[in-house]
Amino acid sequence: MKKFTKMCAVSALSLAIGASAAFAENIKIAFIDPLSGPFASTGTNGLHQFEFAADHMVNDQGGVLGGTEFEIVAFDNKISPKESLIQLQVAIDQGIRYIAQGNSSGVANALTEAINKHNRRNPDSRVLFLNYAAVDPALTNDKCNFWHFRFDANADIKMDALTDVMVADEDMKKVYIIGQDYSFGKAVAAAAVSNLSSKRSDVEIVGNELHPIGKVKDFTPYSRKIIASEADAVITGNWGADMVGLGKSLIESGYDGPIYTYYAAGSGITAALGESAKGRIRLISQGDINPIGSEEARVAYNAFTAKHPDGNIDQSRIFNVIGMLAQAIEGAGTADDVVAVANQLEGMEYDSMWGGKLFMRPQDHQIIQNMNVGVHTNENIEFDYDNSGFGVLTESTVEMASMDSPTTCEMKRP
Amino acid sequence: MELILVNIIDGLVTGLLLFMLSAGLTLIFSMMGVLNFAHASFYMLGAYFAYQISIALGFWMGLLIAPLIVGVLGAGVERYGLRRVHQYGHVPELIFTFGLALLIEELVQFIWGKNQMPYSIPEVLNFTAFSIAGNSIPAYKIFMIFISVAIFIGLLYILTRTRVGMIIQAALSYPRTVEALGHNVPLIFMGVFGVGTALAGVAGVIAGPVLGTFPGMAFVLGSIVFVTIVIGGLGSLWGALVASLLIGWITTFAKSYNLAMSDVFNAVGIATPENLSDHWLRDLWTVTSPQIADILPYILMVLILIFRPAGLFGKRHS
Repeated sequence: MKKFTKMCAVSALSLAIGASAAFAENIKIAFIDPLSGPFASTGTNGLHQFEFAADHMVNDQGGVLGGTEFEIVAFDNKISPKESLIQLQVAIDQGIRYIAQGNSSGVANALTEAINKHNRRNPDSRVLFLNYAAVDPALTNDKCNFWHFRFDANADIKMDALTDVMVADEDMKKVYIIGQDYSFGKAVAAAAVSNLSSKRSDVEIVGNELHPIGKVKDFTPYSRKIIASEADAVITGNWGADMVGLGKSLIESGYDGPIYTYYAAGSGITAALGESAKGRIRLISQGDINPIGSEEARVAYNAFTAKHPDGNIDQSRIFNVIGMLAQAIEGAGTADDVVAVANQLEGMEYDSMWGGKLFMRPQDHQIIQNMNVGVHTNENIEFDYDNSGFGVLTESTVEMASMDSPTTCEMKRP
Repeated sequence: MELILVNIIDGLVTGLLLFMLSAGLTLIFSMMGVLNFAHASFYMLGAYFAYQISIALGFWMGLLIAPLIVGVLGAGVERYGLRRVHQYGHVPELIFTFGLALLIEELVQFIWGKNQMPYSIPEVLNFTAFSIAGNSIPAYKIFMIFISVAIFIGLLYILTRTRVGMIIQAALSYPRTVEALGHNVPLIFMGVFGVGTALAGVAGVIAGPVLGTFPGMAFVLGSIVFVTIVIGGLGSLWGALVASLLIGWITTFAKSYNLAMSDVFNAVGIATPENLSDHWLRDLWTVTSPQIADILPYILMVLILIFRPAGLFGKRHS
């Protein structure tokens, strides 16, 4: 069946080309992320959301520019910056003009630099970089360029919003910061310290420590220390097994305060935390899932789970990437001139179906959006994660978080 | 003061869990002279099997059935894998178990995926047994202690008080003589391998809900088990127990106190250098005990190998 469709497509395409050279090809978006190795599940989940968003939001609605469809072309970078550059070259050689990537800021740093160079040298085959998840603040500060657009809040914006919510709790006097020992863990800790000390001088940071990433068997000793420090709140940027291990052991060891996190949802984490973490784990994210942002989003989510029964929409910003790109291409009237498309994206205001307005800040290409702090629970959850009955319920929202935050970006425009 | 008591209990749990893994491995090692790299993989299989069984039949059936399956699998590996490879010497055996470890990890990912499994503590044991100064000790940890102690006593009884145990001990040291006396030594080997892996399976079943059931769980525990049996002395059950508890307590205490190296130096009378940030030994001065907790067992192993190569309780004869 697949072969048959392919054959039909090929013959139709050749006919079309024969009939009229002006008949537009699909608009291809290269998805460069890990599809094998230890982070394959994250990458694959992202790819499913991209493919679904392209079909659901663009292709099923008749495409853009009067019938041109979006096509996601997947490239496996094994989360290696080196491999990503090779895949980027392959994508460019295939005539692809839009590059999407998100996992690992290390990869994003390599890509944004390579794309900047390529675009300077090859004005005829310029590409745009749609960064949907790499949160290193440098990408929209010192390392910013005209071709890079970030659709996720950066680590500083997230911590700013998270601490805004935290400091509202007057009883919180002592905070413990714990994270994985690598660049991201350190960035989270630094942001937490600076935000907390500037917003509430009476809050004492009773612990600030890093543990080896992915090597801790049992978090109990760390939990004991946290309890002994009499912390009222814990902040962590942990993800994966480190998040589950820390969360479970803290709760089992008798810690009774909130745990503020970045990534404690989806990819099996929600299911593994389950009942014990109910009402205890909070996390910062964008997009309204529970309660859902709009009827349109509800339809989209249900259609997604019908297609991927084990999948979660845990990166709703991917839909924003597709939606904003489609709008920019419509506005520019072309998909080939990426400068025109980038000019459309710059400063774009977009109504997301996941709630709220998005604003692509023109000076650094950092998206500004509402940030939610949600709680892990099974009450009032319409869309759960990992089919566990548990999900994240939005508790508070910081509107247009860090709208006026400073940037060191000095963007050179073509 | 209360924290010390809490840490003693936590260290005991960690140590006893380690013991269940190392008990089987130390017997297998001394018997066949082979480092079974796949030992921790059987631990992982135990957890995954138990999770799968617990969905259908509940936790307790998982505790009963999963180790049996793992033991049978282990015996099968010995009978149809290791025994064939054995004739080519130790290096092929080593490579065989190494390959097996990789294979099991990939298989687990293939069947259950890469995500952590929601394998959790049974409802009956999901309460706080008691708490010390705000630190609660879950009932499940007490249960873990009881299970491991029961297994230790059972093993000790079988090995030292029963006829089967005598034959195993004899076969460990003088396999040819035992064979000449009419005992089926290959069967004994297979049995020991099966029981050893089943023990690892039990460890997996009871550790899965607390330490997490994910494809990396074997890797995380893999090397520390070898350290344990080297410290304890190869083939010694008491050695495995003492070494496991030692490692459990050392790592627990090191992690739960932020003891900085500068404090240690100051205590022995060396003053902190004034311009620490430029000092060539800066990293040494600023290191803290949680950072080095995980390498302390390895340091202990090196010391043991230097001063007592046979291990704490080992009787080396060659």
